[in-house]
Amino acid sequence: MENNLIYFDNNSTTPCDPRVVDTMLPWFYQNPGNAASRSHAFGWKAEEAVDYARGQVADLISVESKEIIFTSGATEANNLAIKGVFEMYARKGNHIITLTTEHKAVLDACDKVEKLGGDVTYLSVDREGLVDLKALEDAITDKTVLVSIMWANNETGVIQPMKEIGEICARKGVLLFSDATQAVGKIPVDPKATGVHLMAFTAHKMYGPKGVGALFVNRKKPRVKVVAQMDGGGHERGMRSGTLNVTGIVGFGKAAEIAKEEMEADAKRLEVLRDKLERAFEERLEEVYVNGSRTSRMPHVTNISFKHVEGEGLMMTFNENIAVSSGSACTSSSLEPSYVLIALGLGDDLAHSSIRFSLGRFTKEEEIDRAIDLVANGVTHMRDLSPIWEMYKEGVDLDSVQWQEH
Amino acid sequence: MAYSEKLLDHFKNPKNVGTLDKSKKSVGTGLVGAPECGDVMRLQIKVSEEGVIEDAKFKTFGCGSAIASSSLATEWLKGKNLDEASTIDNMDIVEELALPPVKIHCSVLAEDAIKMAIKDYREKNGQ
Repeated sequence: MENNLIYFDNNSTTPCDPRVVDTMLPWFYQNPGNAASRSHAFGWKAEEAVDYARGQVADLISVESKEIIFTSGATEANNLAIKGVFEMYARKGNHIITLTTEHKAVLDACDKVEKLGGDVTYLSVDREGLVDLKALEDAITDKTVLVSIMWANNETGVIQPMKEIGEICARKGVLLFSDATQAVGKIPVDPKATGVHLMAFTAHKMYGPKGVGALFVNRKKPRVKVVAQMDGGGHERGMRSGTLNVTGIVGFGKAAEIAKEEMEADAKRLEVLRDKLERAFEERLEEVYVNGSRTSRMPHVTNISFKHVEGEGLMMTFNENIAVSSGSACTSSSLEPSYVLIALGLGDDLAHSSIRFSLGRFTKEEEIDRAIDLVANGVTHMRDLSPIWEMYKEGVDLDSVQWQEH
Repeated sequence: MAYSEKLLDHFKNPKNVGTLDKSKKSVGTGLVGAPECGDVMRLQIKVSEEGVIEDAKFKTFGCGSAIASSSLATEWLKGKNLDEASTIDNMDIVEELALPPVKIHCSVLAEDAIKMAIKDYREKNGQ
């Protein structure tokens, strides 16, 4: 990574751990085989490597190797779960329940399901970003085939009460799918103990390579099946055709093995650093708001709104030094602020003012210290430039101003 | 998004940041945009008895392009009479700062703020 550039965007993607890279290297040239080639040693060796990695990945989430379907990433795994269940269980019903704060890969797959004649309920969340369990239970009907709720949110890090959700789904007899992309490899995730029947996750959010992910599909009690969304050679027990990305899968396996060993220590260390960052902003600056639950959330993430400062402008004050992301409209192609933050009940103004800091395994404490100064100075600079900050300081009620909306 | 050198310079070293006394007859104020939209621009002009803009100040809540657009607008306003100032077109700002298409609205906001400040001055002075 660039020498002085601080990377606080680990929820977008994590750097590939050098130990993972080392494990992958022999699988580019020395061992070129296709894992589906049954007639020669190159193929056998590749298949063996994939089996080993499958075991490592399965082990991380305490499931069986056969329950892991490799995909190109979490987006594909999300699509396979939602569309695959919808198609497979069409006789039982056509209703899917999900949250308004899900990732686009889930929301857009649900949108497709609706176009195919499905019925989707989008549950809202509370101010903390958490699902209302009663509303979930009430939303389940005899036509419901799937509940799709993400384990941890990508923008806020808020962790849903998966255990309670699992109990509701078990009681009602519906399948539960979770997009656990942000959680796996960072916090303990055990789908079977939680009552999750299908679960999507990906290597590049846990210090593995991009381009490889997985869908966990429960095999026993209940035996879950999905209709393949990619047709071809019948790989991955017929659920996902396409030549396996052997190199990527080997890296995914290694990343899972390392995560299993180190995630607890990483989480503890990062939580301390995250809290230090948050506290420093709260102490040094006025009008700082942490978005989402502060108790049920990932240890390495904070999503903060610096009121009366626009997020993209703020980022420009320090983006030569720190990489973060913002829920501001100006960073999106749609010019709409983050729908996740809006769903939490934040006003558009606070959503425009939000910055997500997501730390990672390679974050150092000195980077936190540097970032505190750079960001706090940036906020102060931008507030000096901000007419609404001036009005706020003069005691003007901003809600009473007649704005010229455009 | 990669921004032009000129835009980055206006963002890093904004010109004419500040506040003029809006209660004065010689000052015209334009306040456009809304916090919910992610940008609010306040542009003020101070007009001499000869009708020339002798000072211009701005404060902007917004992205880098919005801040640079307003900084540039204040530079252009100084020394112009009101009729000349009225002819500043948002596309001139787009061109000067090489604004990408998604940021054109920032230049529109600046043009609106200029027009509103001139209107405010004229109304105050019965013109």
